[in-house]
Amino acid sequence: MALMTVKFDLKKRVKLAQTVWFMYWFAVMAGILVFSMGLFFKIELRKRSELMDNNESHFLPNLLIFMGLVICCINALGGKICYDSLDPSKFVKWKPMLNIFLTGCMIFNALLLSTAFLCFLMRIPLQFTLAEGLRNGMRFYKDTDTPGRCYMKRTLDLMQMEFRCCGTDSFRDWFEIQWVSNRYLDFSAKEVRDRIGSNVDGQYLMDGVPFSCCNPSSPRPCIQYQMTNNTAHYSYDHYTEELNVWRRGCSEALLSYYGGMMNTIGALVILVTMLEVGVTVGLQYVHSSLSSLSNPEDPESESEGWLLEKSVKDTFTDIMAKMKMGKGAKVEEGGEAPPAAS
Amino acid sequence: MPLMPVKFTLQKRVKLAQGLWMLYWVSVMVGILIFSLGIFFKVELRKRSEMMDNNESHLVPNLLILTGLLTCALNAFGGKVCHDSLDPMKFAKWKPMLKQYFTGCLAFSAALLVVALLCFLMQFSVYLTLAEGLKNGIRFYKDTDTPGRCFMKRTLDMTQIEFRCCGNNNFRDWFEVQWISNRVQTGNVEGKFLMDSVPFSCCNPGSPRPCIQHHLTNNSAHYDYDLRTEELNIWTRGCREALFSYFSSMMSSIGALIIAADMAGLKYLTTSLESMADPENPECESEGWLLEKSVKETVCDACAKLKALIKPNQVTEGEEPTAA
Repeated sequence: MALMTVKFDLKKRVKLAQTVWFMYWFAVMAGILVFSMGLFFKIELRKRSELMDNNESHFLPNLLIFMGLVICCINALGGKICYDSLDPSKFVKWKPMLNIFLTGCMIFNALLLSTAFLCFLMRIPLQFTLAEGLRNGMRFYKDTDTPGRCYMKRTLDLMQMEFRCCGTDSFRDWFEIQWVSNRYLDFSAKEVRDRIGSNVDGQYLMDGVPFSCCNPSSPRPCIQYQMTNNTAHYSYDHYTEELNVWRRGCSEALLSYYGGMMNTIGALVILVTMLEVGVTVGLQYVHSSLSSLSNPEDPESESEGWLLEKSVKDTFTDIMAKMKMGKGAKVEEGGEAPPAAS
Repeated sequence: MPLMPVKFTLQKRVKLAQGLWMLYWVSVMVGILIFSLGIFFKVELRKRSEMMDNNESHLVPNLLILTGLLTCALNAFGGKVCHDSLDPMKFAKWKPMLKQYFTGCLAFSAALLVVALLCFLMQFSVYLTLAEGLKNGIRFYKDTDTPGRCFMKRTLDMTQIEFRCCGNNNFRDWFEVQWISNRVQTGNVEGKFLMDSVPFSCCNPGSPRPCIQHHLTNNSAHYDYDLRTEELNIWTRGCREALFSYFSSMMSSIGALIIAADMAGLKYLTTSLESMADPENPECESEGWLLEKSVKETVCDACAKLKALIKPNQVTEGEEPTAA
C-alpha cells in the first residue's frame, strides 16, 4: 500500500517535471543567498574581532558557507535530473542512482534544519566571548604606544559612538580601570600621586569616562569627569541624570546586534529547508511516476506516483530487516571462523 | 540632397528597429536612475537642512526629478513607436506626429544639458548657504530649551562626529560663542560665558591620549601638551568645508552622469531618424537619412517658416493703407 499515491498521465508528468525544475533553480538562488549570508556574518565577526579578543568562534559562518555551496551543487544536479526526466533515453542513466540521491537529500535536509537551530543557539557562547573580550579591550584602551594594541582606543571609541553604549555592562566599568596612559600623567602633581596611592594596584583611577560615551541628545554639554561628585557641576545630580552618557553596556548592544543577525539568518535557513523538502518530494514523485509506467515501452501511458513505496511502518521494518541482514552476514562469518579455527 | 543617406533592405530595417527598441528601454532605465538620484539628493538636503538654516534651494533636485520622469515618458513613447514600426498598419497612426516628436526630443536634450550645467553651478549657492547656516547653528547650540531649536545641539554634534569636522571654518569658531547654556553656567565676558573649549563631538578617536576639550590654548593646563604641535586631539577641518565637499562631489557626479546619458541619447536619436523614413511597400529597398535636406537648407527653411509666422500680418497691414 503506497503512501499518498497520485495518478499521472503524460501531460501531468511533464507539468510536474517543469514545476520541479523551476523550483530547483529557485533553490539554487536560495543556496547562493545562504552562502552570501554566511560570508557577510564572517566579515562582521572579523571586523570586530579585536573587541572579542580575536577569540570568537567562526564555526557558524564557515558552516553556513559550506552548506550554501552544497545546496547549490545538489540543487543544480536535481534540476538537471528533472530536465532529463522528460526524455526517456537521457533519464535511463540517472535511474540507478536516484534512490541514493533522494536518501542523501533527506539526510542533508535534516542537517540544514540542525544548522538553523545552531544559528539560534550560538548566541550563548557569543555572549561570553563578548563580555570577556570587551573587558580585556577596555584594559588596553590606554596602550596607544604598544605595538599590536595601539588601535584599541580608536576601535573602542568608534564602537561606543556607533552602538551608543558605554563600558561592558555600564559606564561604571570605566571607573575600575586606568584608561589614561601614564605618558600623559604628571607624576609630580599631588593629585596624581594621591590617586595612584589610593588603590592596591597603583592605578590612576577616576570617576570619569572617555568622550565616546557622551550622548549628543543631552541638553547640557557632556559631563565626563568627576561624574559622581554632584558639587563639581552646577545643577547636577548623577542619580537622576539619564541623558548625559549612554546608559547601555556595549556587551548588551553588540549581543543584540549579532543576535538579531543570527536570528534572521536562522529564520532564512528554516525557509530554505522547507523549500528543499518541497523539491525533494517533487523529485520523488517524478521518479516514482516514471518508474511505474503501465506500459514501459509507451512513454505516453498512464502511471502512478507515490511518496513511499510501502506504508511508513512497512518501510521502517524493511530498513530494519536490511540492517539485520547486514549484521547477519557478519554473524555468519563470525560463526564460520571459530569452528574453522577449532 | 539628404544628409548622410543609408540604403535599407527589409532585414536591415527590422534589425535597426529591434536594436533601437532595446536602446530605448535602456534609456528608460537611465531615466529612472536620474529620477532616483534626484530623490536621493532631495532627501540628503532635507536631512541637513537644519545646518543650512532651512534656507537651501531645492531647485536642482526638483529639476532632476522632473527630468527623470520626462526622460522615462519620452523614451517609453519612442520605444512603442519603434515596436510598431515593424507593422505598417500600426505605424501609419504614428507617422504624422513623428516630426514633432523628434523636434521635442532635440529640445529636451538641450534642456538636459542645461540641468547638468545647473548641477555644477548651484554648488556656489550651496557653499554660501552652508556658511550662513553653520554660523547660526553654532550660535543656537546652547538653546536646547528653545522650541524649534532644541535639537540643534544634537544635530550639530552628530554632524561633527559623522563628517569628522569641528566648527564652521575651524575649531576656533567655538571660542567666539557661548555654547554652554545659561542654565548650567553664568556669564563672565559681557554676560556671556566664553572659553577656549570645544564640545565633545570635536574629539578625534584616533588621538593617542584622552581628548582635551577645555583650556585648549593653555599649554600648562595639561601635562605634555602643546597646541601648536598637537594635530590628532580634535578634528582640524571645518564643517563647512566637509559638508561642501560631500555635496559638491554628489552634484558633480550627477551632472557628469546626465551629460553622458545626453550624449548617448543624441547619438541613437539621430540613427532612429534614418529608420523612420520608410516607403509604402514594406518589402522593397528604401533610403534612410539624417535630414531631408542639407544642414544649411534645413536652417534656411526653419528661418523662412519663422519669418512667415511673424511677417504675414505686417505684409497685409502694409497693403491695406494703399487700398484705403
